[in-house]
Amino acid sequence: MTSTTPSPARGFADRPGRGAVTGRLPWALVVPGVLGLAFLVLPFAGLLIRAPWSTLFQRLAEPQVLEALRLSLVTATVATLVCLLLGVPLAWLLARVSFPGRRLVRALITVPLVLPPVVGGVALLLVLGRRGLVGQWLDATFGISLPFTTAGVVLAEAFVAMPFLVISVEGALRATDQRFEEAAATLGASRWTVFRRVTLPLIAPGIVAGAVLCWARALGEFGATITFAGNFPGSTRTMPLAVYLALETEPEAAIVLSLVLLAVSLVILAGLRDRWVTSP
Amino acid sequence: MFRRLSRWAVALPLAVALVGVAGCGSSEPGAPAAADPASGGGATTVTVFAAASLTGTFTELGKTFEAAHPGTSVRFNFGSSATLAQQITQGAPADVFAAASPATMKTVTDASLASAPTTFVRNKLQIAVPAGNPAKVDALSDLTDPKVKVALCAEQVPCGAAAVKALDAAGLKVTPVTLEQDVKATLTKVELGEVDAALVYTTDVIASGGKVNGIAFPEAEKAINDYPIATLSKAPAGDLAKQFVDLVLSQQGRDVLSKAGFEAP
Amino acid sequence: MTRPTFPAVPASPPESGPEPEQRGLRARLVVTRPSFALDIELDVAAGEVVALLGPNGAGKTTALRALAGLTALSTGGHITLDGRPLHTLPAERRPIGMVFQDYLLFPHLSALDNVAFGPRCQGVAKAEARRVAAALLERVGLSEHAAARPRQLSGGQAQRVALARALAVRPRLLLLDEPLAALDAHTRLEVRSQLRRHLAGFDGATVLVTHDPLDAMVLADRLVVVENGTVVQQGAPAAVARRPRTDYVARLVGLNLYRGLASGQQVKVDELLFSVTEQLDGPAFVAFSPAAVALYRSRPDGSPRNLWQARIEGVERHGDNVRVHLDGPITAFADVTPAAVAELDLTPGRRIWAAVKATETHGYPA
Repeated sequence: MTSTTPSPARGFADRPGRGAVTGRLPWALVVPGVLGLAFLVLPFAGLLIRAPWSTLFQRLAEPQVLEALRLSLVTATVATLVCLLLGVPLAWLLARVSFPGRRLVRALITVPLVLPPVVGGVALLLVLGRRGLVGQWLDATFGISLPFTTAGVVLAEAFVAMPFLVISVEGALRATDQRFEEAAATLGASRWTVFRRVTLPLIAPGIVAGAVLCWARALGEFGATITFAGNFPGSTRTMPLAVYLALETEPEAAIVLSLVLLAVSLVILAGLRDRWVTSP
Repeated sequence: MFRRLSRWAVALPLAVALVGVAGCGSSEPGAPAAADPASGGGATTVTVFAAASLTGTFTELGKTFEAAHPGTSVRFNFGSSATLAQQITQGAPADVFAAASPATMKTVTDASLASAPTTFVRNKLQIAVPAGNPAKVDALSDLTDPKVKVALCAEQVPCGAAAVKALDAAGLKVTPVTLEQDVKATLTKVELGEVDAALVYTTDVIASGGKVNGIAFPEAEKAINDYPIATLSKAPAGDLAKQFVDLVLSQQGRDVLSKAGFEAP
Repeated sequence: MTRPTFPAVPASPPESGPEPEQRGLRARLVVTRPSFALDIELDVAAGEVVALLGPNGAGKTTALRALAGLTALSTGGHITLDGRPLHTLPAERRPIGMVFQDYLLFPHLSALDNVAFGPRCQGVAKAEARRVAAALLERVGLSEHAAARPRQLSGGQAQRVALARALAVRPRLLLLDEPLAALDAHTRLEVRSQLRRHLAGFDGATVLVTHDPLDAMVLADRLVVVENGTVVQQGAPAAVARRPRTDYVARLVGLNLYRGLASGQQVKVDELLFSVTEQLDGPAFVAFSPAAVALYRSRPDGSPRNLWQARIEGVERHGDNVRVHLDGPITAFADVTPAAVAELDLTPGRRIWAAVKATETHGYPA
């Protein structure tokens, strides 16, 4: 039995004439589109043009730069892991379990997106700070104080980055055919098994896309970090904080640091490009 | 109908963007005046770039100035002195620059954008502690206790440089938990009780309105911060800029500033 | 990973199992929704294949989902399988196997792992589950495709993997939702006969949903016709085909069907009196094949018993013949040869005489 039935969708896409239906490009789309591109790209060009190329490597080799870069990469990665651990189940709850107030919860999740990160940092302090609602108890009971620690940086980054992951994963969950999960249930899979062995593999591209966005957001996070975790070299001074501080005295150093951040994220995003772009 | 609407939908943001571009480009002299719809005839606007620690006092002086010069208005841009200096060297249309340190003023004078700055006030450091002083701090040496959480300004900003100078003068070594970007952020950490002590300016302690307590310490005399003020050579407002500086330097200006905790130079 | 399995899913019914009359499925499926109500009784013996036949929206798939536990039963509904209540169990605890219309093979797993999925969920060790899966794939003739991903399989192959996957959990109740609907005509023929063979070898109860009468006739031992959420007719395929009781069934099996009042060997349908061979009294159906209808330009001589004047509504090809839609005292289909169409000039709007011999009409009580 070797007969194959091409799916209609594939047959359509393969049809040779596809794309032949073109006309003049509408200026109303092209002009703003190109302007938009220029608007996004020109600042980078500015950084590249103004970069102190002659002293670049000398500045890069400075221990503070490497320290900040290492801290940024570590905290952004750990924050992404935290987001995955908490955000994927949250997205699942939102997409698969109907409970009263679900719409409100979904709206609440977007709060860190619209909140100025500095305010987010203050909010974190009010809850997890030394005198915060929860922080007070943490301090008294376990002697744990989160502000001014690397863990605090991770928390601040996770706070602002998690919505990106949750929204992306929830979208992927909604886009998957739930009947696959039903099929698994008829085969005897418990809801946990269904999630682990069917849902998770099906939404993997969405999770990767969300994690990449989440990581990128965490890497660039500034306001909540500086407010909640403070700014101390080695423990809480991430690249964005170092950039901001360098701007005070040495704009050129700030440019170098920014370029490093830019290069690192470009390399990593390009590495993930295929899965990132083909996500649903 | 829809077709028309959709065209507008594209054209409108475009128009807004173009107007915005035009606005950004006008750093020519007189532009701030033109941007102020209230200004007619000889009336105009003074744009003052001032260190964040001057926010309260300069806002008050601005109102005084406007009252004394009917038809004028004073526009402020408060921020970190270094940031302001940078904005000015990048061509921001400012008339007056009041910095929190001679070093930041120097970047502007070095660029020949201002000359002959005058020191108009001085600011001294204090130890700021949260209400109730939980760590029982009463001298600079108490900050060396590892159990006491201390916030300092980063050395790159004036309050941080002053803190380093004071601590060096006292021969003390303090390990802060954070090096904040500016004095207000440092103060916030004290207000919220996240740190037990911080070195900030006397003026900031007074401005906090009792939320933090200030403790004076003798070593502060070694790290006094001078605040220079200057009119900028390309000042679009010309004479009006000079008049504003004169107000700051006048007895009336002194009164306002000393009430806020600044000392006379 | 392990889960309590409903009645431990034996390989074959245990000796001490339920009494023979308890074996199989007994269910009353009640699903009430604002816009729709399903209420059908369904009894299926072990080893029996029952087809739920009905038009789209009749509730067939809802019934199947209710059996599987994917749709909750409303008050009054119950399901008993081999003497034990099923409706109290969640889907994953029911000893069922289900083949979905578009198979729903997990795209991220190979054919083998798709089939091994069920046994794995039942706590079978990986190697053993794969061995079972390999054996099942061999049974459906797909050993060489064990490593293939679902998207590399043809429709017919995917259908067989789906069947193997459903059988791998050793179900006591097999549910098939339009198992052949996604296949093209040629593949369908082949897969249908294979499926029939596999169903014959299955010793549990089977419920099959279809809207294709041919699938139902070939695969099922018994038909249950569902319309608007209720059972309108059931019986052996041949009996249903011979004596349709609703317009839907009549159309499916290709008969003209009328309901009338019988007295002796005559059935009065509206104004028309049909002569039938059966002795009947009271409400009755009259059915005859479109091929039994003869058409005449003018009133035929030696008039056959059942004769009426009709107007041609439309003419369409029907296999090798031409199907003529007739309007008049009754609506009817008549199948004639293309030659007759030309000869009689059968064009829409023309008035014509239609006749059916009494021996070709079939009357039965309504």
